[in-house]
Amino acid sequence: MRAIAEFGRPALLVAWKDILLELRNREVVATALVFGVMLVVIFNFALNITPETVDVLAPGVLWVAFSFAGVLAMSRAFVAENEEGTLDALLLCPVSRDSLYFGKMLAMFIFMVVIEAALLPVFAVFFDFSAFSATLLGAIVLATLGFAAVGTLFAAVAANVRSREIMLPILFFPLVSPVIIGAVETSGAAIGGSGAVVSTGRWLQLIAVFDAVFLVVCPWLFSIVVEE
Amino acid sequence: MASIAGRARGGLRWNIALVVMAAVMVVNMFFAFMFAPTEAISGHVQRIMYIHVPMAWLAFLAFFVVFCGSIMYLWKRDDRWDDLASSAAELGIIFTTLVLITGPIWAKPTWGVWWTWDPRLTSTLVLWLIYVGYLMLRAYSANRSQGARFSAVLGIVGFIDVPIVYFAVDWWRTQHQRLVLGGPSLESDLHPDMRLALLVSVIAFTLLFAFLLRQRTSLKRVERGVREMKEDAEFRTEGQR
Repeated sequence: MRAIAEFGRPALLVAWKDILLELRNREVVATALVFGVMLVVIFNFALNITPETVDVLAPGVLWVAFSFAGVLAMSRAFVAENEEGTLDALLLCPVSRDSLYFGKMLAMFIFMVVIEAALLPVFAVFFDFSAFSATLLGAIVLATLGFAAVGTLFAAVAANVRSREIMLPILFFPLVSPVIIGAVETSGAAIGGSGAVVSTGRWLQLIAVFDAVFLVVCPWLFSIVVEE
Repeated sequence: MASIAGRARGGLRWNIALVVMAAVMVVNMFFAFMFAPTEAISGHVQRIMYIHVPMAWLAFLAFFVVFCGSIMYLWKRDDRWDDLASSAAELGIIFTTLVLITGPIWAKPTWGVWWTWDPRLTSTLVLWLIYVGYLMLRAYSANRSQGARFSAVLGIVGFIDVPIVYFAVDWWRTQHQRLVLGGPSLESDLHPDMRLALLVSVIAFTLLFAFLLRQRTSLKRVERGVREMKEDAEFRTEGQR
């Protein structure tokens, strides 16, 4: 019990620090949201989405918007850490690096879920589908967890290299491609009810396996990334 | 300094290895172009298999070496492991690129299309993207030790990701069978002579890989030695002023 408190409390405090910062300056969520809406508008022109094609196109558009908006939010995640020297202060704290990772990851996860929760009704209105299906919400939570698990690690990496704005997407998207595939497939089944050969349950399992693997590997690697 | 001089004396050994390499390659070409029978349906174009398949195998071998080298580097913090991992990554990129070029050359006359989103093709492409990111990460890092650390992180995550990518793309394919390829696959139903030729070429290219990896790793080591000597000399001249 004490071990959990020693590990969990600092993580929650780190997450709370990020959330408080976001509540005060509103830099991450608001910009990502506007960007997401803009993507929907552009896709509407690019693909000419009609009621007949919406079942096929909506899942793809949804996840491109979610993952692009998410990566935009991630690229801001370590800005304060770098520019204000917050990372040094955090590393000086007598808490484990795992707590720091899970704190940053939790904040990232919450930001992305907020962005997605705000974008989803917009999609539902524009493309006329019901946003409240358990499968769809499950896919969103699991996929976002996967994004946040890998994203936190590589946002920390990208924050320290030159041309970080482009390095994060280049590193991030190939790695999360299985999550994007699974999320698009599950959402497609949830929105359109397309004949699924591989059942949605298996897709959700695949994403869950991805989450589990990287929630184990990434905290360890995170401690190596931030070590200096 | 002694080690660099020692390496220069080792030049003779390298030359012998190079000659042996070239001889093995000539034997390999003989097997691929003369010994192996011509494929009945697709003809001579099938002979690209003797380059394509070994390259694909080497790409995976190279990325496995990157994975092991990355783990060892993060554990021991010895720059030699980083030399090994980054050299293997460079070779892996070269081989993956060649796989992605030779594959479509074979696919166009055989399947009628340059590319299909088949699990193997797609995951090879994703693999290529991941390791291009690896080299970019090294290039854009602030200093060498940071580049080594960050790229080792990617070397581990990337390799763990490969089977998950493969599964995802495989299931995705079974769900969207837009193009059913009834045609021959590269390795199906091989004539015994073809199998022998393929074995010879796999061995030949694996030797080439080992040779190139040694060459590149020792080159990196010499580069580092020279850099350290230079920094040392600069440090001393600063001290004398």
